[in-house]
Amino acid sequence: MPEEKRIILKYADEPGYTRDIDCYLEHGGYEVLRKSYKLKPEDIHSEVMDSGLRGRGGAGFPTGLKWKFLDRKSGKPIYLICNADESEPGTFKDKQIIHKDPHQLIEGMMISAYSIQAKQAFIYIRGEFFDGARILEEAIEEARAKNFVGDNILGSNFSCDLVVHRGAGAYICGEETGLIESLEGKRPYPRIKPPYFPAVLGLYQSPTIVNNVETLCNVKHIVEMSGKEFAKIGTPGNTGTRIWCVSGHVQKPGYYEFPCGGLTMGEMIHDLCGGLLPGRELKAIIPGGSSAKVLKADERFSGKLKDGTEFDWSIWDIPLDFDGPAAAGSMSGSGGIIVMDNSTDIVQALSNINAFYAHESCGQCTPCREGVQWMRKVTRRMCAGDARKDDANLLLSIANQIEGRTVCAFGEAAAWPVQSFIEKFKDEFEDYPANGSVSSETGDKQLV
Amino acid sequence: MTHLENAMQLSKETLDKIDARVEKYPVKRSAALPLLHLIQEEKGYVPEEAIEWIAKRLELEPINIYEIVTFYPMLKRSPMGRKHVRVCRTLSCALRGGYQVCKTLQEQLGCKLDETSANGEFSIEFVECLASCGTAPVVMVNDEHHENMDDEKTVALCRELKKTSA
Repeated sequence: MPEEKRIILKYADEPGYTRDIDCYLEHGGYEVLRKSYKLKPEDIHSEVMDSGLRGRGGAGFPTGLKWKFLDRKSGKPIYLICNADESEPGTFKDKQIIHKDPHQLIEGMMISAYSIQAKQAFIYIRGEFFDGARILEEAIEEARAKNFVGDNILGSNFSCDLVVHRGAGAYICGEETGLIESLEGKRPYPRIKPPYFPAVLGLYQSPTIVNNVETLCNVKHIVEMSGKEFAKIGTPGNTGTRIWCVSGHVQKPGYYEFPCGGLTMGEMIHDLCGGLLPGRELKAIIPGGSSAKVLKADERFSGKLKDGTEFDWSIWDIPLDFDGPAAAGSMSGSGGIIVMDNSTDIVQALSNINAFYAHESCGQCTPCREGVQWMRKVTRRMCAGDARKDDANLLLSIANQIEGRTVCAFGEAAAWPVQSFIEKFKDEFEDYPANGSVSSETGDKQLV
Repeated sequence: MTHLENAMQLSKETLDKIDARVEKYPVKRSAALPLLHLIQEEKGYVPEEAIEWIAKRLELEPINIYEIVTFYPMLKRSPMGRKHVRVCRTLSCALRGGYQVCKTLQEQLGCKLDETSANGEFSIEFVECLASCGTAPVVMVNDEHHENMDDEKTVALCRELKKTSA
């Protein structure tokens, strides 16, 4: 069985490990912060560049490059924001860090803030994380009392304050420019890029870096071990570990941290998660949160990887890194793997997903605002017993009119499930019984 | 502002928290959502007069507060039950029986989905992914999580909730 390599979650589940600062300090906490403040800010940035770290929030954009885009000439203050809005269906990794090891995040943030020279940092946390927000606020006060946060950190001439800001139940706040609008006290309508790249025109129209919780924790480990050492973990272009979250129809759902590419989908599901539920067969997997395109159990995935190597995979062979699920036509997204077995009514599953996007569209762009409602209406009607032969094509036509026509990537996130479910399960949509009964023999869970 | 302050009757504790919160931001408007949270925590919902009150406090127009009150699902315009039950509706929970849990909750608590029970004790609503998919299905009661719910655990939870009812 492939063995976990826990870097981010190293202590999180260790018996006796608590989230208070004393326990963190006993485990070497804030030592890397001390080390960092003896380095030049640009040296830390170089380490992050060398590490090849890619963002853990969903898009997988190289973190060092994101930092490089910072407009340092504007003379405006620079802001750092941690995106802790964890809302992508199927994802629950950041919550583990926040609840079990909040000081790791604070240390990662204060190192990152020093590197980008941000004098003010925020943690934007989703509104439903009542405990998470309290835990972080307490941890920040502990860290402030020890001079790891606030004025003249560790006696240096660098000061940075850290504020926890709660959202209020809107998925769109996970989109970085929507998040910024929300933090400014407005409706979280995402901004159009260009010109509103956060690194240039972010919070209060000032240069801003928005990074995910897991990403910022990684910065600490990069400085600790050096960017070059970090880059040896995982595979080229897919460095470090990732925390995968598995949910749905497996024996042992949960979170598992592995070097990127350190295991395949099959090893994850069969070995780590104890396989499927008794007597069931695999039907489909969504590999990177509900926005990622669905993968069908009996599909073959073939083609050429970025480095030119040819591949021919079954669903079980897909390597779990950034590029593997992408090569299979989907994405690793936020690392949320949702497993569906043959008891799943696939039309109901899509209807459930459509209801999510219909609820969460911010309503700014017409194709999305209108399209997601129509997609929900159509799949809901199908499930209610009025499926029509042409519904599959109708759904596809709506999804295709959303994709690429919106300010932010929510349009794609809503269109991709529809496009991929229909492409891969077209017959189930076309032959969906007009009486709306659950089509699968073993179907036992209502999804709509 | 006096008439508003009288109408609001916020506790000293909340007013202190509001002052401290406004201080934290380089631009006052950023405090709009946190202030709405603080008022909702005390009142159980966002009363109409709070909109104007916050606008004044942050030197904004009421519309600037309306636009966010009417956007975020967690901000409530009318009182919810004292025990606010949120059931995750999204796929990972649904695959593990979230809809059944919601049905059982409604039966046991005598309260329909999206409604508040006649005695004002319970409200039940479906919410989107609560980031606990590994322990699906999940239910939140006020700020408390209940994980790996099944029929038996749901019935037991309801029994507890009813026991502590006013």
